[in-house]
This record gives sequence, structure tokens and C-alpha cells, in this order.
Amino acid sequence: MSATVTFLLDGKAIPFQDGDTVMDAALRAGEYIPHLCHNPEFTPHGSCRVCIVEVNGRHYSACTLPAAENMNVDNSSEAIMAKRRSLLQMLFVEGNHICPACEKSGACQLQAVAYYTRMLSPHFPHFFPRRSIDATHPDIIFYHNRCILCGLCERASRDVDGKNVFTISGRGMNSRVIFNSDSGKLGDSELSISDRAASICPVGAILPKSKGYQVPIGQRLYDTRPISLVGDSNIRRNDKT
Amino acid sequence: MPSELETAKDPEKLDRIVIEPLTRVEGHGKVTLLQDENLQIKQARLHIAEFRGFEKFIQGRPYWELPVLVQRLCGICPVSHHLAAAKATDMIVGAMQLTPTAEKIRRLMHYGQTLQSHALHFFHLCSPDLLFGYDDDVRHRNIVGVIEDSPEIARQGVMLRKYGQEVIRVTSGKRVHGTGAIPGGINKSLSREEIDYLKTDIDQVIDWAQQAVVLIRRIFFEHYDYHINFASIDSSMMSMVREDGAYEIYHGGLRARDRNGRDIFNHVDYRNYSDYIKEGVKNWSYMKFPFITSLGQEDGWYRVGSLARVNNCDFFSTERAEAERVEFRAISDGLPVQSTLAYHWARLIELLHCAEAIRELLDDSDLGGSELVNKGEMQLHGTGVIEAPRGTLFHHYEIDENSLVTRASLIVSTTNNNQAMNESIRRVATQYLDGQQLTEALLNQVEVAIRAYDPCLSCATHAMGKMPLQIDLVNKDNALIDRLEKNASGKIKRRL
Ligand code: SF4
Ligand code: NI
Repeated sequence: MSATVTFLLDGKAIPFQDGDTVMDAALRAGEYIPHLCHNPEFTPHGSCRVCIVEVNGRHYSACTLPAAENMNVDNSSEAIMAKRRSLLQMLFVEGNHICPACEKSGACQLQAVAYYTRMLSPHFPHFFPRRSIDATHPDIIFYHNRCILCGLCERASRDVDGKNVFTISGRGMNSRVIFNSDSGKLGDSELSISDRAASICPVGAILPKSKGYQVPIGQRLYDTRPISLVGDSNIRRNDKT
Repeated sequence: MPSELETAKDPEKLDRIVIEPLTRVEGHGKVTLLQDENLQIKQARLHIAEFRGFEKFIQGRPYWELPVLVQRLCGICPVSHHLAAAKATDMIVGAMQLTPTAEKIRRLMHYGQTLQSHALHFFHLCSPDLLFGYDDDVRHRNIVGVIEDSPEIARQGVMLRKYGQEVIRVTSGKRVHGTGAIPGGINKSLSREEIDYLKTDIDQVIDWAQQAVVLIRRIFFEHYDYHINFASIDSSMMSMVREDGAYEIYHGGLRARDRNGRDIFNHVDYRNYSDYIKEGVKNWSYMKFPFITSLGQEDGWYRVGSLARVNNCDFFSTERAEAERVEFRAISDGLPVQSTLAYHWARLIELLHCAEAIRELLDDSDLGGSELVNKGEMQLHGTGVIEAPRGTLFHHYEIDENSLVTRASLIVSTTNNNQAMNESIRRVATQYLDGQQLTEALLNQVEVAIRAYDPCLSCATHAMGKMPLQIDLVNKDNALIDRLEKNASGKIKRRL
């Protein structure tokens, strides 16, 4: 056994291995760094920026930052939390995230991370974009309204299912997930309900049909414990306490 | 026939009085009165701003969202919309019958909400008029006055309401806007602890409910003539009844009876309601005027809600409520009770029944069952009807093969009573306002009549008892002659 190398996360020593990102090492050590586009099963994306941390006065995304010995990472100061809240608030107003009516409520990572960072209101004016629902698939429904463009469905379909059903297309406000089929409809793609991509979405954008609200309030994933303790909704993990 | 006060002969020659917004009713409404130079009321109309954008708003949504989405339609009776929509989605998923557990949990939720709704309406919104009289000082004629003069009554009202809210919370997960009912059933049954928790206070609740009925009966008989005659109109009545004719608010057939208590239709399968009820329109109101098809638009209007239900049913399945029903019906010699203020009495009999029915259910082991959902062959449309606290509530939806809603149509309870409320204020106008200089107390009579129906005037807004009141007296040239204002704290000011 070689001596373990560590870095400091909020003053706590976190062991890491070669090639680890700060996120990898922290999650393995049972330390939570808020994140949305990251999922330990997949290659980092670094797009949502919610995992922002501070090292030596500079800001990084923890999911893409290589761990280095003795680095001192700020993951929970009020200044960092405030930055995360602003990022979340922008996500909330940019789409239509109507938690009270959404069937993902209580098990949604966007909502859970917002609670965790104590985001109390959307702060910015809502954009109320008009975006559609694709219900053409017999078993799966897609809400463009709720998509946060985290790219997990794209990675899951490509890397696990080997299908490339999803791609993020367009830029800025016009970005959206498109489906790989002649008609452009989800129902004509190769997606199947048992695909990893069908259950990977951290928010309520990709959902199985006809299953909404079956878990009663009080028993949903984040109803009683915060996301920092429960972890990601869709991660098939066994390495985290 | 609608009263002749619906439309005046020469409206341009008359003074116009607007009561807007109505106080202590849920939502927004306004009354306009036209008075001629001899102070005779020539026209009286209730205008309700009905929220119709909703039917559009849910187009394109998947059907399983309906029970949760549509309860947002109304901050006051969300559970009614939740359950009516859930029943419609039962049909969509082909659940021809619910499991006993699912049906009983939904019933429990419905009894809980009816109990809380009736308690709120009576104790908070109406007891001031009934306890103190419509001409009591307006600064005292409110719930604060009740708390000062009759703290025990006020306290019981609060506790009854709270109990109903707890039933809703336990069955749906939240006091407001829960998720309990889902297509084909429910998402949770009750644990032993939850059942025991609700059992703790139920005997007390029944006692309070009984006392409330005793109180309203006493008030009714103390001013018997006033209560019998005030705003009373002869109308047909419609409600749901159980197969054996028993009082029923969750699931049953539709029964309509004419003013003499004779059947117009009976045990109609509610899925065919559109064969029996049509919606008329009038050019002066956004709200529709439903009528019984076989009687036509002129004569087919009817009343729904507590008065209709207690009149229409053959009996209550619970003992105390049944005894009260017998007393209630005795005042009219076997004919339907037509007194508009009897709505309050009927409402409290219902509250008592709900409390008794909750106690019965809490002893039923099905409440803890594990079979929660039934499904069958999918259908592309569904109809759900319940007796909401305010009256019969119709939901109908059509979906496409992708499960998205293509069409929604609703008749909400208050809409059913539209013509009846208009008729009642016209009666008040003739009874009390003709030939009088209008005062706040007199105008409150108009509101007392409307409040008897417990209308939910708009399912989008909610400002309870705090609404400022403005009455404008306008002459034929639309110039303001007089204005009476009441601010949110009840202070009256005369402007001009
Ligand atoms: S659909 Fe879900 S998983 Fe895919 S990009 Fe949008 S938010 Fe991410
Ligand atoms: Ni309502």
C-alpha cells in the first residue's frame, strides 16, 4: 500500500487516486458537491456549472477539475452557495419548471439541489418559453419544457445503449434535444423503455408514460432527506454511503 | 321562467348600482342593479368572471397529470377537482371499478374536504349574518365579531375545519394540492398510525357537528318567516344519489326533481350527462347558464348543492344526519324545502353526515389495504362527476392515441347555480330594495342571498372576507351620483 494522497475539501482531507477529478474523489469519500449534468457513470460534461468550487481564489467545475495534492477546495462557503443559487435561478427561469404540478417533484435533482442551496425564489423574470411535448413514443414522454440540456441522455444513449437517440442541437436559447429518427419524433427512434437513457434524466424531461404521481408525497426520493445524503436519483450506485 | 328583473324594459333610463366585488364569497363577482326615479328596482343581475382559459391550458397535457393539474383551477375546492378528474381518468385507463381500498380512501378524502369546506363557509363566512343579523353594524358583522361574542362557536368552527384538513393531508399527502388520487386508484392507503390519529378526535368532531346543526336549526326557527321567505325561489333541484336513493356525494346516479318534488330524471348514468344537461348563454354574462334539456332553457334551470342534495335523497345512511334530515324536510310537508337560507341548514346536516361517515370508514380495514390501482383497456375519453361541497361537478376529457388531452369540458358547481343565484337576488330586490334609498345593510341582503349558495365565483382568485366593497349609484348618463366604499378592515366611507 502506498501512502494516500489527499486534498482538502472544506478543510477535510479527501483521498484521491491518479486521474480523479475533485468530484470523483469527493463522491467516493461520501462528500456531496452539488451537480446536475454530472453522473459518476459517465464522462464529465462540465456544462451546468452547478458544481462550481473555489481553489486559490479561482473558480472551477469540480466535475472536470483534476484532483491535486494539498489543494484547498471551497465547496460550501456562502459565496459559493450564492453562485450556485444564481446558476440554478437562471435554469429555473429559462425553462418551465412548475414544481407543484410536475410529476417529478420530490424526486427531481434540479428541485433538490435548489432546496440544498436554499434557493428561495427564481429571482429573475421567467422567460416562459413555448416548448412542446413529444408523446409519440408508446412508453416514454419527453417534455422540452423541463430539459436543462445536461446532456446525460445523449451520453447514456451513446455510451451505454449504443444508440445515439439524443443529441443537443442549436445554440443558446435555441438549444434543444433532438431525436435521431427520420421524422424527428421520439416514437420513430430506437429508444426503448429499458434503455439507460430512458431513466437517466435528472429532471422531469424524460419520463415513463402513465406512471406519474404513483409515489405518494412523503415517500419520494428527496421528501425526507436532502440530496446530499440521498445522492442522485438515477445513479445505480453501490459505492456511496 | 326567469324573473322579469333579468332584463329591464328601458335600461338606459335607469340608475345603475354596482356592488363590486362581493364580500365574503370566494372569487370575483359583481351585482348590478338598475333603479328608476321612484327607486323601484328594474333590473338585477349577478355577473361572475368565470375562469375559462383553463380548458385551453390543459390541452396537450398527458391525461395522468389531470388530477394534479386541475386542482390548481381552484384554491378553494382543489380536492373536488382532483377527485372529479381522477374519476375521469379511471375511465381512460379502463378501471371500471376501483379496488375497495382505493374507493374508500377517496371517499375519506372527499368527506374530509366537504367537512372542512362547509365548516369554513358556515363559521367564517356566514355565521356573522346568521348570528347577528344582516343589519348588524358592519364593523361587527364579521368573523372577529363572532370570536368576540361567541368564542366557543368560533373555536369549534376552526377545529372542525382543521380536522377536515387533516383528513385531506393524510389521504393526499398535503393539506392543499396533494396527489392521493391517480388514474385507476390511489397512491397510498392508510397506516395503522394514521388511522388511529384520525380516530382520536372523531367523536369530538361528531359532537361539534351535531351542535352546529342544533345551532342553525335554532336560528332558523327563531326567525322562521325571514328564513323561509328570504330570497326564496321555487326551483328544480339536481344531485347525485346512491342506487337505493341514499344521500351520496362520491359516486352514484343523477337525480333531478321539479319544484313539487317529482322526478324529472332519476338514476341517470352520469357518463351521459350531456344528454340531460345543456349549457345556455346570455349576452350579458360570461358564465354559462346550464339547464335540464327536457325542460328547455327558459324553465330548465335548477339548483345544486346542499339544499338540492338533502331534498333529493331518500335518506342518509348515518343515523344522526338522517334524524336531522327528517326534521328538515318536515318544514315543507313533503315538498322540497325551497328556502334559500335553508342551504345553510342543509350544509350543516351534510357536515354531520360527513363526520359520521368518516367514523364508519375509520373502522373499515380496507383503509389499510394494499390493492391500490385497477386498470383495464384504455379509452380515449373519460367523464368524472362528483358532488363537490358546492354542488354537482362535471369533468369530461378526450385524449389522442399518444395520451395527450385534446378536449376538456367542465361544468363547475357554481355554474349550475347561476340562474338560481340571479333569481334569488331579484327576489331580494323585490322584497327589500324596492322604494328604498340603498344602504350598506340593504345591499348586504343581496350578498346574503348569494352567499347562501356558497359560490366559488372564480376558481383562480381567493380573497376571503377581506375584499373591499364598492357600490356605485350611477344615473342614466352613467354619471356617478353616489358611492359607498368599504375597505378591507370593514370601514365604511361615503364618497362625493
Ligand atoms: S432530457 Fe434530461 S437528460 Fe436529456 S439533456 Fe435534457 S435534462 Fe438532460
Ligand atoms: Ni372552486
